[in-house]
Amino acid sequence: MSDMYGKGILKGLSVSLKRFIETYLDNLSWLGKRYHTDKGIAHWGSKDARGIFTVQYPEEKIPVPEEFRVIPFLVYDEGPNGEKTLRCTSCGICPKVCPPQCIWIVRSTDSATGRPIPDPARFYIDVDICMNCGLCAEFCPFDAIKMDHDYELASFHRNVYDITRLSKSARYYESIRPVNARHEEAARAAKTASRTGQGE
Amino acid sequence: METTAPVQILDLSARFPGVINPDTRAGYSGWIVNSTDLLPFATALRNELDYDYLSSVTAVDYLPEGKMEVVYHVYKTAGGAGVVFKIQVPRVDPIEIPSLVSIYPGAEFQEREAWDLFGIKFTNHPDLRRILMWEGFAGHPMRKDWHEPYFEEDAKPLKSRWPDGKMIMAESKNLYGDNIAYPDGFNPESQTFDPEKALYEALRRYQKDETGLDTDHIIVNMGPQHPSTHGVFRVAVVLDGEKIINMKPVMGYLHRNHEKIGERNTYIMNMPYTDRLDYLAPMSNNFGYALAVEKLMNVKPTERAEYIRVIMAEMTRISNHLFLIGTLLNDLGAYFTPMLYALEERELILDIFEAVAGSRMMCNYFRFGGVARDFPEGTLQKIKDLFFERLPRKIEEIDRFLSENEIIRSRGIGQGVLTAEDAIKYSAAGPLLRASGIPYDVRRAEPYSIYDRFEFDVVVRTNGDIYDRLMVRFDEIRQSIRIIQQAVKQLPEGPVMALKPMYQVRVPPGEAYGRVEGPKGELGFYVISNGKPSPWRYHVRAPSFINLTAFGPMCVGQKVADVVAVLGSIDIVLGEVDR
Repeated sequence: MSDMYGKGILKGLSVSLKRFIETYLDNLSWLGKRYHTDKGIAHWGSKDARGIFTVQYPEEKIPVPEEFRVIPFLVYDEGPNGEKTLRCTSCGICPKVCPPQCIWIVRSTDSATGRPIPDPARFYIDVDICMNCGLCAEFCPFDAIKMDHDYELASFHRNVYDITRLSKSARYYESIRPVNARHEEAARAAKTASRTGQGE
Repeated sequence: METTAPVQILDLSARFPGVINPDTRAGYSGWIVNSTDLLPFATALRNELDYDYLSSVTAVDYLPEGKMEVVYHVYKTAGGAGVVFKIQVPRVDPIEIPSLVSIYPGAEFQEREAWDLFGIKFTNHPDLRRILMWEGFAGHPMRKDWHEPYFEEDAKPLKSRWPDGKMIMAESKNLYGDNIAYPDGFNPESQTFDPEKALYEALRRYQKDETGLDTDHIIVNMGPQHPSTHGVFRVAVVLDGEKIINMKPVMGYLHRNHEKIGERNTYIMNMPYTDRLDYLAPMSNNFGYALAVEKLMNVKPTERAEYIRVIMAEMTRISNHLFLIGTLLNDLGAYFTPMLYALEERELILDIFEAVAGSRMMCNYFRFGGVARDFPEGTLQKIKDLFFERLPRKIEEIDRFLSENEIIRSRGIGQGVLTAEDAIKYSAAGPLLRASGIPYDVRRAEPYSIYDRFEFDVVVRTNGDIYDRLMVRFDEIRQSIRIIQQAVKQLPEGPVMALKPMYQVRVPPGEAYGRVEGPKGELGFYVISNGKPSPWRYHVRAPSFINLTAFGPMCVGQKVADVVAVLGSIDIVLGEVDR
């Protein structure tokens, strides 16, 4: 409090005033449609964003990054005739690594021999217990369980997803996580190549 | 100050013959002290050997051996390695151990916690009540033979999940759809027990001031539902007019027994749970836990992973301090303008977390031996833009906006003072300790990871009042930006994981204490392994919880309106306080 009382407050308010003006100028320069364009969204959160950059959700939405994760889903591959094969082999790693233990799997058995078949008969995820940690997807050796991007999940009831609700196509997976899908595809191809190489 | 570990070990056994014995169990370290010699031993340790800072007090239940153990970690505020000492007593009730509160007052809440969760009575403790559970709770939940409602098995993964998963919603097992279980023969309808009695009795124990006007003293409860408590937290104060003459924080409303959950989890499962402790600083929590388990596993992260860890931890510190600046100003009455200015910048940091770790706050990013994944394309450029250009400018703007403001100065300067002596005494940590003039920072005092490679100053202010605590945060943000700038420049190429990713790690038996300088103070993880997939003991030394020990002494003598400001300046997060 050096010379004049209230000087510090005025100095602070000048910062507020500057922000206020900047917000209007910035909004005007985008003609009021700041986050309706890709360019606007790229500007959002960049080092040059000025003024208040609040996004008016749900009218405006910020795209989520590739690694973003909510609720796992099971990936299936589509055959030429539209048949769906789940990648899951019911190996049991995801229920073993799941921290809140929200995954239940019933493994199929061969009715003739009684031996287990690598295919889940039933698969449940209690998504209200799921903590979205992503460990199941991280440790799945078959790229069969992956984390989703759909975060608008509010509902009035308890949610337990079964195998039909959980299954999503490999094409969908590639659309939400293109970089990861490409890497995994390459790794799988290398693995198959080395295996066939050994066979010869 | 320049002492090395071997010298200390020699010193101690020579200095206390017959009183202490080295802990010879495989993988363990430290000293086992006879229960009867604890007080003289601790007094000598503090007064003669300068181990003035009691970092952590916790208990371990060795059920198979029939023993209860209390573990103390003591350090010097001058820096260097610490001393670990333990007391072992038979596991037969009543379990009694002398209280250390008279020597290290910082033990007060931690001993209450050990009493609450383990049922260890600390004799001569000034106020031994339950702290996290409520009065009247049946049993001591951290004991290995205590089982919660819906108990299935001692350790995860549960056998009911695979290969024959019987899907059942846990709440459907109980008629009322909640997890209440009463002890045998207990009828809640016929209860007349008053759970508040012990609290109010404790509140009435204070020194009466015989001078001046004789007025009625009244008890005022602030909270648990109160916006300024940053969660569900209650403060019970005794007032003489406007003046506080005694106060007790009441906590545990968000208690979920994090440590018990942690002892059921496998090692990797605990990583996402640590995010939920101090949810404003998830990366630091990951860091401390990863350090402790890596010590046990004897794994060293790769170079690139170390740098990424430091960048992430310092970004967390900045985002946490920005949040504190916002909430503290809210508490002081500057509604939401400073808060929003600070949150805007925090938002940009959270964006980077989201791109790298997949989640803004529940990061789950660290793994034993490295981090979960490398930076995606473009993230490094974003970090550079933010920390070389935008943030340094914005921090100065927020500083200009706030720090000369006359209202903040008059509400902050000289209020809620914690002297340097008291700060050490009450085991205050982090910015709270440094604002009181003690230059103690774990990153310097006992460097972990690669903090010895960076140039930064340990921030210190001397008055120990609310204003200094705010200013310490500004200074720390500037230092963290310095560290990030150096780390980004030096960031090497290479892998980010030293081990093959494993969903169940093998951890050799032993104990480890990993501590980091979290944004709120010294964050420690004490982990004991017995070679099984889950830790035998998993304890969190939560800085916000222990910093609250100094809350009462800071407020006594202040006006009641300052409670909010003092609490805001301590910077607590209830996820960590209540665990």
